[in-house]
Amino acid sequence: MKNRVSYTLDSTLDSVNKAESTAAQFAAGAGFNADEQDNIAMAVREAAVNAVLHGNAHDPAKKVFLVCESTGDALVITVTDQGRGLDPDCIPDPLSPENLMKGSGRGIFLIRAFMDEVRFRNTHPGTEITLIKHVGRRPANAKEETT
Amino acid sequence: MTMKASTRQVNGVTVVDMSGRITLGEGSVILRDTVRDLLGKEQKKILLNLGDVTYIDSSGIGELVSAFTSVRNQGGELKLLNLTKKVHDLLQITKLYTVFDIKDDETAAVGSFK
Repeated sequence: MKNRVSYTLDSTLDSVNKAESTAAQFAAGAGFNADEQDNIAMAVREAAVNAVLHGNAHDPAKKVFLVCESTGDALVITVTDQGRGLDPDCIPDPLSPENLMKGSGRGIFLIRAFMDEVRFRNTHPGTEITLIKHVGRRPANAKEETT
Repeated sequence: MTMKASTRQVNGVTVVDMSGRITLGEGSVILRDTVRDLLGKEQKKILLNLGDVTYIDSSGIGELVSAFTSVRNQGGELKLLNLTKKVHDLLQITKLYTVFDIKDDETAAVGSFK
């Protein structure tokens, strides 16, 4: 398996599935166990859903860019959209009582829960989210940086 | 694997046997339509059997929450049965595990409806 792949994807649900399956393959190849593979794949799926739905808003003229890279000691995945941009500081906490029973808003929470590091970058226009999972590290609170 | 849902009646409770993936798109729509149809037929005691559900994403979780709220708002009850470890863990980390009434025995679950 290659150490790095990149795809330019349409803003469709098929692209979400493609991102998920690609991440799962890379996670398996990088040596993560079955549970970790599932969690990484779900995190990437959630990032791709955000890119397609909230970033590009299904606009067929806008693309989603997926890069998966295995560095040896970590899996680094970036998902970039061409949407309006996202302020991660303005995302409501889905665990707060007023949001707990809402029907949406848990995607980025799950990404943060399943990955070791999560970084957001505004690409003007668009958002790039970088997901990092270190090989051999026990689950820990995700560190996050915004640039 | 696409999602499937089939219903059966057990002592006045509608058991919905679900299998596959409850994710954004088809899976979430099937869940939403199934619950909506049941409520339309005044079947308000609903037990969702998730034993063969292999995967739920955030959209699927949201759909479960919406279904729970819809049923409750119409005076009914919606309970969950036979969670897999993955689904159990997801409901734990999203703090929804204590929101839902979750059962692991169908007979006891059916008997628990008011």
